[in-house]
Amino acid sequence: MSLVVPRSARRPLPRWVEIAVLPLVNVALAFFVVGIIARIIGVEPFDALKLLLVGAFGSSESIGYTLYYATNFIFTGLAVAVAFHAGLFNIGGEGQAYIGGLGCGLAVLALDSYLPGPLLVLLAILAAAAFGAAWAAVPAWMQAWRGSHIVITTIMFNFVASALMVYLLVNVLIAPGSMTAQSRGFADSASLPSMQAVLNSIGIAVAPSALNLAFVLALLSCIAVWVFLWRTSWGYALRTMGHNAEAAIYAGTSIRRMTMLAMCLSGALAGGVAVNELLGVHHRIVLDFPAGYGFAGIAVALMGRSHPLGIVLAALLFGALQQGGAELSFEIPAMTREMVVVIQGLVILFCGALVHLPRPWLQALFGRRG
Amino acid sequence: MEEILTFVTLTLAATLRVATPLVLCAMGGLFSEKSGVIDVGLEGKMLMAAFFAAATASLTGSAWAGVAAAIVAAEALALLHGFACITHRGNQVVSGIALNILAAGLTVVLGTAWFARGGQTPPLNDGERLKPIFFPVAGDNVLVYAALLAVPFTWWLIARTRFGLRLRAVGEMPLAVDAAGVSVTWLRYRAVLLCGLFAGLAGAYLSIAQNAGFSRDMTAGQGFIALAAIIFGKWRPFPAFGACLVFGLLDAVAIRLQGVEVPGIGEVPVQLIQALPYLLTLFLLAGFIGNAVAPKAAGVPYKKEH
Repeated sequence: MSLVVPRSARRPLPRWVEIAVLPLVNVALAFFVVGIIARIIGVEPFDALKLLLVGAFGSSESIGYTLYYATNFIFTGLAVAVAFHAGLFNIGGEGQAYIGGLGCGLAVLALDSYLPGPLLVLLAILAAAAFGAAWAAVPAWMQAWRGSHIVITTIMFNFVASALMVYLLVNVLIAPGSMTAQSRGFADSASLPSMQAVLNSIGIAVAPSALNLAFVLALLSCIAVWVFLWRTSWGYALRTMGHNAEAAIYAGTSIRRMTMLAMCLSGALAGGVAVNELLGVHHRIVLDFPAGYGFAGIAVALMGRSHPLGIVLAALLFGALQQGGAELSFEIPAMTREMVVVIQGLVILFCGALVHLPRPWLQALFGRRG
Repeated sequence: MEEILTFVTLTLAATLRVATPLVLCAMGGLFSEKSGVIDVGLEGKMLMAAFFAAATASLTGSAWAGVAAAIVAAEALALLHGFACITHRGNQVVSGIALNILAAGLTVVLGTAWFARGGQTPPLNDGERLKPIFFPVAGDNVLVYAALLAVPFTWWLIARTRFGLRLRAVGEMPLAVDAAGVSVTWLRYRAVLLCGLFAGLAGAYLSIAQNAGFSRDMTAGQGFIALAAIIFGKWRPFPAFGACLVFGLLDAVAIRLQGVEVPGIGEVPVQLIQALPYLLTLFLLAGFIGNAVAPKAAGVPYKKEH
């Protein structure tokens, strides 16, 4: 059961159809259903689309927010994709991002009066990755050594992470005298520079937005993941395991070690959400900052076919939907922001579970005989 | 003495109230999982059912119409799950997650568009809800009894009927069932539909019996706790029922223990008690307390070779 490449190739499709046309048909089906739902609630789909596009790309501020949301989607999409390539389904991105935020926040809270800014930020990023990885390592260990199903364990770990964070923020980390369950603010030196500040310093004027350097980190992660998966022997072993575990064992790969590696990488990438949200925007540990990005990562990875380039494109689409959807809900009150959640669900359905649905149609159109 | 008796009675009643949706959901999930179709979408089915139950009850003024709408809504998602996983042999976990996310979004989108209350349905009055039958304090409405009856019914259907035998066989070795001339597809569809029926009742309980209306994300992970109960009960009806009661008791106790000093231990964090069902299941899955063995063919789509 491979999660990455469907293999019911009785009459194989040409490569370009497999790579470009099939995913587009899947996405188109999802958006067709979205259009029907919009009609049901009395919204004209194409009017909504126009407002949405203006809301997402109409000004440098809205583009900034689109890219800021896309940053989170890139991190969680990569996290899900790395696990997919190893044949593992990591549904725990939500919890891993949350605990990554704990690591990130603890590092800053402990050290922000001692260390200079750049070193502090670097340590905080590493801590976010390490804590995210650690939270993924336990289900990985349970799968590799105890045979427990990673889907179930990562779901459970999401709930445990949520309970743990509520406890810590309400009872331990809460700022003295504060009524809200959040930590004290980070020192100013511990924040990632905003993209506006960076671009201004090289003479490009843009409107302020939440976009920060975490976006660059996300793009670098994409390149790193691509190099790791397709240009290193470990990445090769990981993908082999995902395609055919028996072949991987025969080739001398340790399934246990590869499971640990894939899940730890996955968790570390999910921790990137914490970098974007806490170091870039909130500057303190807050409740519920992963806000569904972990689950959305499944949609991003499926839509992007688990390839870094595809993930960037899918993340841009979801970022635009998130930002444009927020603007849209001001214009058309019946169109709530949760429409984005509906779209995520439909994309997972049509690009994941129903991925084979349009295959017979395409085979009739493009299929090679023989 | 009387005080303790009242306390125990009230806690037991609270346990049963909290456990009812878990029991219904777990019994539904059992059918699906026994037939080899993993269902992580219980949460979504229950949420969708809860929304349509409250919306219909509010519009028609009839609680029973609400129950019917809940079942229809849950069955629609169940059929979609079946269409993706049985007919198109899609990944069952992916499909379940998709339905969860879809339900979380769609209930709020439709709710806001229809009622303009930020995703909530209008509060239901007493006539539009399922009322307690014998003991008003205990909240023993008809769905509580349905949940209690669902357990022996599930056991009987799975363990004592021809359908149940085939259901178990199709979850362990579908090839054998196919070879015997019985349709794997139709068996699994029936299992998935039974699952939808029970998840629908669970959702109706949440919004028109336990509460007076729908609020966003009101299932709050109960579908996953039901899933945990199935695993904890090792895919058997009565042990799963026991697990639901234990998880319900934990919840009932958590509310009472809030801010109370337990002698010798100190204050127990509520969050710890809330996380206990998940932690216990994790320990079970890690093999520290017995072994939980799923039906062998669970999660594997069946492909007819001829």
